Order: sequence, then C-alpha cells, then structure tokens
Amino acid sequence: MTEESQKIMDQALIDELANLIVDGLNLEVSAAEIDADAPLFGQGLGLDSIDILEIAMMVSKRYGFALRSDDENNTRIFSSLRHLAQHIAEHRSC
Amino acid sequence: MNALMNALPLVFADPDQILLYRQQGGDTRAITARQFMVDAEALAVDLTTGPGAQQFIINLCQDRYRFLVGFAATILAGKTNLLPSTFTGETLRQIFIDTPDALCLHDHDDWPFPYPHFSLAHLSLARLSLANRCHREPSPDGLGESGQIKPEHVVAQVFTSGSTGLPMPHNKTWGKLVRNVEAALQQLGISSPVSLVGTVPPQHMFGFESLVLLCLIGRCPLWSGKPFYPADIVAALDAMPEPRMLVTTPFHLQALLDAQIALPRIDRLLLATAPLSVELAERAECVTGAPLYEIYGSTETGQIANRRPTQSTAWTLFPGITLTKAHPDENDELYIANGEHIEAPVMLSDRIHLRADGQFDLLGRVADQVNMAGKRSSLNYLTAQIKAIDGITDGVFFLPEPKKNQAGKNRAGKDQVITRLCAVVVAPGLNAADILAALRDRLDPVFLPRPLILVESLPYNATGKLPQIALQAILDQHLAALAPKDQTSWRIPADHPVFAGHFPGHPLVPGALLLDWVVERVAAYWQVSSLGLRIEQAKFAHPVLPDARVTLDLQAEADRCRFTLKVHTGETNPVAVSGMLGRQPNDAAGDTESKRA
Repeated sequence: MTEESQKIMDQALIDELANLIVDGLNLEVSAAEIDADAPLFGQGLGLDSIDILEIAMMVSKRYGFALRSDDENNTRIFSSLRHLAQHIAEHRSC
Repeated sequence: MNALMNALPLVFADPDQILLYRQQGGDTRAITARQFMVDAEALAVDLTTGPGAQQFIINLCQDRYRFLVGFAATILAGKTNLLPSTFTGETLRQIFIDTPDALCLHDHDDWPFPYPHFSLAHLSLARLSLANRCHREPSPDGLGESGQIKPEHVVAQVFTSGSTGLPMPHNKTWGKLVRNVEAALQQLGISSPVSLVGTVPPQHMFGFESLVLLCLIGRCPLWSGKPFYPADIVAALDAMPEPRMLVTTPFHLQALLDAQIALPRIDRLLLATAPLSVELAERAECVTGAPLYEIYGSTETGQIANRRPTQSTAWTLFPGITLTKAHPDENDELYIANGEHIEAPVMLSDRIHLRADGQFDLLGRVADQVNMAGKRSSLNYLTAQIKAIDGITDGVFFLPEPKKNQAGKNRAGKDQVITRLCAVVVAPGLNAADILAALRDRLDPVFLPRPLILVESLPYNATGKLPQIALQAILDQHLAALAPKDQTSWRIPADHPVFAGHFPGHPLVPGALLLDWVVERVAAYWQVSSLGLRIEQAKFAHPVLPDARVTLDLQAEADRCRFTLKVHTGETNPVAVSGMLGRQPNDAAGDTESKRA
C-alpha cells in the first residue's frame, strides 16, 4: 500500500468515526468541526463515561472488535479521534 | 474486655478464604483474607504515624482492592472513610471546608488538587508484609486489635449532593452496616459466598454495600478491577469461580446485552440505582439464565427493599424496616423510612404506594431528583452550581422529556438509554465553552448539560417559577434550529490525498470517492457495516471540484435508501449524484459481520 493511499484510508476512517460519534451521541457539532487531534474527554469534545460506552458499542458493532479497559493504551486510544481511528485500524475485523 | 465482647470482625471470612481476585500482568491472583489484613495493617501504620495523621480519609481509590485496603486501614487506625459521590475539584474543596483534617487516598497517576494526598497507585499491594515494617501499636482501647471493630465506630461518611449545593455526609457505623448486609444476604437468599463482579464504584452506596460490604461482611470474593466495557465484564466473570453475581446498573446491563458477545455463566444479577424496565429484566434473565434482583435504597437509608422484577412489580421491605407517612393527613405519597440499620429516620425521595400486605410500589421520583447512568443528583443542586459561576446572572437545569416522535432514538436511529440534562443560562459576556469549562470543575461529567442554551432571560411565570413546559419549549426551539438529522455536508479538502497525481491541471473529485462517502454515511445512518450495503443505482449529473462543499440528503426506508448529493456552487446547488442503496433486510448484514468477527 502506498503512503498516499494509506493517508486516504486514515482520513476516511477519521471522517467516518466523526460522523458516527456525532450521530450516535446527538452532539451539537458537525463532524467536520471535530479536531482530529483534540482530546475527546474534558476540555476537548467533552465526552463522558456514558458516551465512551456508547462509542464502544458502536465500534464493536461496526468494526467487529471489542474495546477493553485493561488495554495499556486505553488512555491514549480516547485521547483523540486520530488515536481512536488508529486503534480501530489496527484491530478491526470488518 | 467489655468493648471487645461487643466488637465485630472487620473481615468475616476465615483467614485462608479468598477475599479478592486481582489481575496482575496476564495472570489472575487470588488474595486471601490473611494477606489482605497484612496489607491493611501495614497501611494503617502509615495512616497512624507518617504523613497520614489526619482523622478523615477521603477514599477515592477506583481499584476495589486498593479501596478495600484503604477502607480497612482507615478503620483499623480508628478513623473514618469519607466517600464522596463525585470526584471533582469543587467536591473536594467543599469537603475540606467542612473537614480540614482530611487526607485523600487515591490510585490516580497524577494529583492535580491542592490537598494532602497519599497515592496507592504504585504500591504493590498484597506484598506489603515486609519484615522490617514495625507493627502498629494497638490502640489503648483495643479498637482495631486483631481486626475487631466497635459497633458504634463511624467507619464511613457517604456523601449525597445536598439541594443547597453542599455535599452532605451521612454517618455509617460498623454495627449497622453489619446488620444491613446480614439482612441483604437473607433477603437475596445468598447462603454461601458468591463471586462478585461490579461495574459500580465503591464510593456509591450501592457499590459500597453490594461490593465492598458483601466482600468484607458477606465473605463474597470480589473482582478487584473496575470493569467498564462489556468485554471487561466478560473477562472478569471468566476469571472468577462460580457461582458468580454481576452487580451493575441498567445502563451497563443493556450495553452488555447489546454487545452480543458470549457470556460466561452468571448465577445472579443484582441491579440498582435507576429504574429498570421489565423488558430489560426479562431479556437479561433470558440471555443469562440468571435471576435478576433489584435493590431499592438511598445513601441515607442504605438498601431497604428488593424485588425480582420479572415476578413482581412490588418491592418487599427488608425485615424490621418500616415506612410511615411523612404527613399523616395528606395524600402526598411521601414516606419516612426507619428501623434496623437506618441510622436516623429519612424521608424517601420517591413517591410510594404502600400496599396492605406491607409491600410497596414506586410511583416515581420526587421531581427534583435526577439519575444519570446510576449517578444521582438533584436539579436544585445542579442549578445552584451553575448559578455560582462568575458571570452567570441566572440559570436553571432541567430534565427534558424523552423525545416523543422518535421514542428516545438518537439521530442514528438507535435506542438512547439516557436522556441528558439541559441547562438554560443567562450569562452576558460568557460563551457556552467558558461555562462548560467552569461546570466541569464542579460536576461529574454525566451531569454536564447537553445542550447548554444561552438566553437573554429565563421564562419565569407569574408566581416566579420556571415551568417545565416553558423550558422544554426553549429546548425544542433550539433543537429545531439545528440541521435536520438526515442531512450531512462535507467540504472536500483541496489537499485531499486522492487528488495527488491525478488529473494534473484539471482536478475533479472522482465519482468513486463521492460514492464511498455516501456509502459510509448511509452505513452510519443505519448503524451497520458498509460491507453489507450495495449501490443499486447511481447517476452522475454534475462534476465536483476539490474544495467544494457537498450536501447529502437521505430518504431511508427499511432496507433501501435514496440519496441525493448536491454540490454548493454559489447560487444554485445542482445535484451532483443521486441514486439508491440497498441492504439486507433486518440489519442482517451488519450483525453477520460483527458475529463473524
């Protein structure tokens, strides 16, 4: 896979996730407004534990793998949309 | 000796009985009551001598083993655990105003607060039995020696959020907690130990009683981790011996069932904190084969009643607990609970119908109370918090009605379990982000308003009240102003990598890229895998250039979705591509994908 096509796929996954999150959680931002590198918790998108569980459900249904909180990278996974997308790209089965 | 005759054990299990299971590396480690007491005794030395001379220990540990060691050590040192319901800077600030002589015990990696603290994060617990550690001198009155606790020892203060905005502590004595748990064991028919896995925090009354105390007093081995995702719950259950009981909330239970993953054998389900629908209870019993019990109680009273919702809508009071009308001459459905382990008579925050046979029905919460995924607060408290922010001249929290037309579904058409709070605020000079940042320091994130609406004035009526209907109208208007849910737009970045090397000097957005986006959007709308979708028809009518903004309209039916993608060119918005997507009926495609995985 070329670097360019990899970039296309990465960006496509980030866009897809942004839409999934905005729709699934009824957020009042548009998917395009979400900064891929801003934190999802706290001062960034301001998600909370209810949201995280909802996202986990959407991820498992859509990408066919389950998130685990004893994953050492768990803090990193939810540190930004980009990191979440990377984690999904590495583990997805569909 | 007199004191010891009445004293009660801190740990009811035999010394060699396993008290906890803990994940260490890839292994599951069993910790006996004896090993636990060694750790607790060792920490009690630190809390008696070293930096922890304070009388009150704010136990914030999330790991159940660390929480239990901290809890037991605090008691052994003759002190009191403070258990706040939320972990925010404002909560701690309020507690330290009332109780300056306090120390925070926690297992967080960092500590951003200006209060004395002691971290258990990096202690390798269950290995603290160091030979060179001097043994604590027994207290003069024998309290704590060999883990015998006076019944009147206030071992914990559990906090509720008071309506004035101040956290309210409720004293819990060891003697009454022991009676509480003995009653629960009897009511739930737990005659021999059952392995406990819990998603609820140990600082909340339900988690405190049904995890911490069932472990210490009920001799039930406890999973030390804090399972959150469905896969965590499954792994924790798998690591514990049968019989097993899952202690959780309706919110987590629904997520577990929705995950459609294979569950290990579960022998009992214990739920509390939020109303549970009979449908969910039936589904849970059907999927797990385990009876589901619900606990009713409050921080003030502790657990006082239980039911099995698939068999009875009515609640059965624990033995010795009484309910009496709060206002004997009025029919206001308010009752005071008293008796047995209840420390002092308490008015319940639910309206109640008492049956002739002593069972009761819940008629709904007193309007002010709210419950978000098992966390409780009151609208008065939340409103007081928002009004206390500098620059806010007025404001109010309210709980919107669940969406009527879509019956609680989100934009993706999925059931939404939680209806979020809304805040309407008057704050000239502040924006929503400023206010949310200030609120975040005061409230648990689940209570943050979604949305927060800024207005010029609040809709007070003639009697100076804020009618729910007027607040709901503001929210409805706010939501109506947002973009319709089946429409999304996308600005195709000019530097999108797809353009590199293609169409030199004459860039066009490839049709395949547009269709990929459409497929993904429809997949997101239906919440299915895009692999299960097929494009039945697509008609390209107008070219799309890089940096253009496109808008997608979806008209979805059960298993087909018509789409229209328009490109914004300025004055006219011509259709660039339109067509039809299909999917296998009844969501079969998406589910098959997940299951195969």
